[in-house]
Amino acid sequence: MAIDIDTARKVAKLARIRVEEGDLPALAEKLSGILGFMEQLNEVDVTGVEPMVSVTPMRLKRRPDVVTDGNIQAQVLKNAPDAREGFFAVPKVVE
Amino acid sequence: MSANSWTIAAARDALRKGEISAVDLTMACLTAIDAGDGLNAFVHKTPEIALEQARAADARLKAGDAPSMCGIPLGIKDLFCTKGVPSQAASNILKGFRPEYESTVTSKLFEAGAVMLGKLNMDEFAMGSSNETSCYGNAVNPWKVDDRLLTPGGSSGGSAAAVAADLCLGATGTDTGGSIRQPAAFTGIVGIKPTYGRVSRWGIVAFASSLDQAGPMTKSVRDAAIMLQAMAGHDPKDSTSADIPVPDFEAALTGDIRGKVIGIPKEYRMDGMPAEIEALWARGIEMMRDAGAEVRDISLPHTKYALPAYYVIAPAEASSNLARYDGVRYGHRAKLAAGDGVTEMYEKTRAEGFGPEVQRRVMVGTYVLSAGFYDAYYNRARKVRALIKRDFETVFAEGVDAILTPATPSAAFGLGEMADADPVQMYLNDVFTVTVNLAGLPGVAVPVGLDTQGLPLGLQLIGRPWEEAQLLNYAHVLESRAGFVAKPEKWW
Repeated sequence: MAIDIDTARKVAKLARIRVEEGDLPALAEKLSGILGFMEQLNEVDVTGVEPMVSVTPMRLKRRPDVVTDGNIQAQVLKNAPDAREGFFAVPKVVE
Repeated sequence: MSANSWTIAAARDALRKGEISAVDLTMACLTAIDAGDGLNAFVHKTPEIALEQARAADARLKAGDAPSMCGIPLGIKDLFCTKGVPSQAASNILKGFRPEYESTVTSKLFEAGAVMLGKLNMDEFAMGSSNETSCYGNAVNPWKVDDRLLTPGGSSGGSAAAVAADLCLGATGTDTGGSIRQPAAFTGIVGIKPTYGRVSRWGIVAFASSLDQAGPMTKSVRDAAIMLQAMAGHDPKDSTSADIPVPDFEAALTGDIRGKVIGIPKEYRMDGMPAEIEALWARGIEMMRDAGAEVRDISLPHTKYALPAYYVIAPAEASSNLARYDGVRYGHRAKLAAGDGVTEMYEKTRAEGFGPEVQRRVMVGTYVLSAGFYDAYYNRARKVRALIKRDFETVFAEGVDAILTPATPSAAFGLGEMADADPVQMYLNDVFTVTVNLAGLPGVAVPVGLDTQGLPLGLQLIGRPWEEAQLLNYAHVLESRAGFVAKPEKWW
């Protein structure tokens, strides 16, 4: 299925990646090429096949629901581009 | 022969006998690294950490506590989080990120006494097959046949270049669709992707969580066995890590493969496959037969659909994993204009921070997971993946012990040669390797010969789940019979 410019704009928006209006046609073309390559999958008979969720047939391990660490606020915030008063700071979210 | 060109096995023996100190061995590598800047393999050098670790290793060696990796200088792919050391996944979006924690793999290597020389170049977020998507610029293959600079492959291109050029004794790599095996083949070294779940993924920047596995990249099969031993094992911090015993990989290298069944899948004989690859494969088959293995033609009927299934599943998982790069908790945040809100912050940060290939894959993943297309693309791909896995299960159930295939569809190509090609053309590099990730199997690339230009070519062996030990033994047989000893001539 070919991706048109509107779809490319929508996908970029959903992915939260800014794409300039002028770059949308080239993006749409590249995405169409990649998705076209995937069309081959329609040749496969997948009737009755369950979608694979895990490569190994094993049950994920559970661990006790207990606190194992904490009190590391400074470490958690160490790499933040903007941290103030013990919090991550972001532009105003609520009007 | 300068110590930086030794194998891990040779260095281990020399260290234990006191013929060299870990500090001297580390110094030899640091000198080679400084002289190797033209390869752009090491992108963050850590000489202080290396020398401190080497001194500690010497003390352990002196005390008689010397695990195999004690005092062995390694390079670490930039995808591994290393405490206090830049860990950027070769992306601008993680510029300045210095983790407050150590990945399980590097922790285990350090506990075993290994020495970290620095961080290695790679494709951004491990998305690429030529190391040309890196924010650090291209890594360069030490192999060269004319005035062109060649790709070391990707995504573990820096790891491959560093090991092949003797800048270190071994390196960590990661493999989501072929990112250990393809660069190993392009540079004439050994690289193994273990069974999914054998090595902990904790602290490794995630690309596609159901496919990612870390493994060693080394100068010999024995070295791969030694290094994998130190990397593998159950980790409570990774819920997909397998809680099963890790066998002694090096002890499995007996060289005896008599009576074992090696499968040759007819679907890997691709249209337009270069005659040299075909001939190399035929030689490999002869070597296995000569060693007493039974060679059997097999069929893996869904092979053709592995690449398209992979390029649905991997971007889908990546789009989810990479959602965390939002400019809030770590890494880059774009400069905002007056009045910009949180959405503009996300969109500008991600547009500035991600390179074009990563952006494309995140968007492809977003599309195939979006309402209305989820079943048509993502679920269909997961069903095809189940069929690909079933193909392997069927041949293993019929008595096949391992499968021999080419590792790559060509030798290393020139940097920049694929710049104008369709992204799908680059994806074709993974044609022989992705099936293994989709099925979660172990796979190893072994250098077998040189092409007519003089560039290395490798073959791939695929094993049964959890049978890395046997797989390494088959690889060891292939390696000894091929007798590949060529080294790139130093030009850098």
